[in-house]
Amino acid sequence: MAANTRTPSTARRRAPEAVERGIVSAHDRRRPSVRGSLWVLQGGLLTALVVVGLGPILWLAKAAVTPTQETLRDPLGLFPTGIDWANLATAWNRAEIDHYFVNTLIVAAGAWFFQILVATTGGYVLSVLRPRYGRVIFGLVLATLFVPSVVLLVPLYLTILDVPILDVSLLNTFWAVWLPMGASAFNVLLVKRFFDGLPREIFEAARVDGAGPFRLLWSIVLPMSKPILGVVSVFAVIAAWKDYLWPMLVLPDPANQPLSVRLPAIAPYLELDVFLAALAISTVLPIALFLAFQRLFLSGAGLGGAVKG
Amino acid sequence: MTTLSSPLRTTTAATPPSSSGPRRRGRRAPREWLRDGGLSTLVIACPMILVFGVFSWFPIGRALVMSLQETNLVTAPVFVGLDNFAYVLQDPLLGKAVANTLWFAVLALVFGYPLPLAAAVLMSEVRRMRGLFSALAYLPVVVPPVVAVLLWKFFYDASETGVFNTIAGWVGLGPYPWLQDATSAMPSLVLEATWAAAGGTVIIYLAALVGVRTELYEAAEVDGAGVWRKIWHVTLPQLRGVLFITLILQIIGTSQVFLEPFLFTGGGPNNATLTVLMLIYDYAFGSSLGGNYGAATALSLMLAGVLAVLSAVYFRVTRPWSS
Repeated sequence: MAANTRTPSTARRRAPEAVERGIVSAHDRRRPSVRGSLWVLQGGLLTALVVVGLGPILWLAKAAVTPTQETLRDPLGLFPTGIDWANLATAWNRAEIDHYFVNTLIVAAGAWFFQILVATTGGYVLSVLRPRYGRVIFGLVLATLFVPSVVLLVPLYLTILDVPILDVSLLNTFWAVWLPMGASAFNVLLVKRFFDGLPREIFEAARVDGAGPFRLLWSIVLPMSKPILGVVSVFAVIAAWKDYLWPMLVLPDPANQPLSVRLPAIAPYLELDVFLAALAISTVLPIALFLAFQRLFLSGAGLGGAVKG
Repeated sequence: MTTLSSPLRTTTAATPPSSSGPRRRGRRAPREWLRDGGLSTLVIACPMILVFGVFSWFPIGRALVMSLQETNLVTAPVFVGLDNFAYVLQDPLLGKAVANTLWFAVLALVFGYPLPLAAAVLMSEVRRMRGLFSALAYLPVVVPPVVAVLLWKFFYDASETGVFNTIAGWVGLGPYPWLQDATSAMPSLVLEATWAAAGGTVIIYLAALVGVRTELYEAAEVDGAGVWRKIWHVTLPQLRGVLFITLILQIIGTSQVFLEPFLFTGGGPNNATLTVLMLIYDYAFGSSLGGNYGAATALSLMLAGVLAVLSAVYFRVTRPWSS
């Protein structure tokens, strides 16, 4: 590998040469036996990752355009004898996947909006404005991190049936999914921590120039927070796309249900090839998002593990 | 982590002088409060207070009350003391559900704990295309869970031409009943759940491996340590914190498993995959039991109690690492 010959020279150029190395030293990397076994191990890992990680998704892509009989007879055939593009159209139109796809988009868009709204205004109040009651609110928000979502399941459902003060039922409305998703302590914490790291001199300067709290949030803080807003946005959309149990409970009317809820319900009524095409359609957007914002996803996943503490 | 926490620390050190203005001791006159922008602060805090109040704090409080009440949607709730807890504890299904959930958690640890670690350590030694490795590992996490379960349900087809049985047939094994047999159903569920979640763990480990202090490797080499001893004595001890985090997060996650048993097997065959959360669901929303909201909240509070102990330990141990 070309990188192996390059590593020692770059390492020597930089003063703290330890930065470049891993478990295996640069010297060992040049030994043919070490190089060979590393190559075999990493090649094996790459093959395993392709088969396990990519394999099922490629299989789904293939099965989505393969006639039912062929998928059943020879599920692992590499190339379908006849490609049946009509599956996708049938799933989209006749199985009404288009309708549920739009529902999913609506659920995700609303959930995104409320998560961003609550997280940015909440983080702004707790980190920048700091009213005296902020400490109490922050404590209450943090406390919800300790409460697993199981506890909320039933009482939140009853709250949706009869919202306090307003006395209305949100059952079968998208509000029932959007608003509870906004109450994410993790988002508030994440955004607050990011705001904590912004230079406070800029806020003071803006205040001196006469910017009120709204102006400060909109024109100074938010434009400086694009990285964290990106992380929260991607996770909000993905979470809304993934959610199953809650939308199933509060959106009993099929006309309002997103894909995740609808797919298991329509499975028995669809022909296999059309059903697999429907599954493939439901997977396209999350995967496209992942490929487009790969770095955000991968750094965010690490962040999730680190910041949850 | 180090790059993330260092700017935070400097700002918190710098904040006290600027925050001393609005946070004065003693009560202030309402007019002064208004002039200092107290009202606009309250308006901006409104989304957070309202959304958390109605959809988080209120239901949490309500859960505590409801567990002591008999609630149906027709008549007014009646306080029944600890009857709901007694009802749940006497339910013969509870033992089964707890045992199944523990079994799921244990299997998930066996399948899903060492493998991502090994993969991440190996990946950290990759010099080229590391991005490709991590993208491939993370790909299953991106697949919507419902799609993954429905797809795997087809893979688990018990007939000889099922996808997994075909693969097993290549090496002369099977056909296996997978989901349809009480013994193999749970491992099958865990296998899919591990496939769906392992990528996230790999990424967390990879991020942690970047922070491993590499000069110690040289010290170990001087002492004549081979690759295994370097991993065992240098790499793993420095990952202790992250290993603990993922352990606790995984236990908390697996103890609330619902999607897999619900969609794969519906708790069957013969209740072999009935988990605690499925039992809660059945109490409250199931077709046969159903409507027993008191019992459902009582059981969910008991589960939450166990998890709270775990997360308290977790927060205690991780506090020194995060800010």
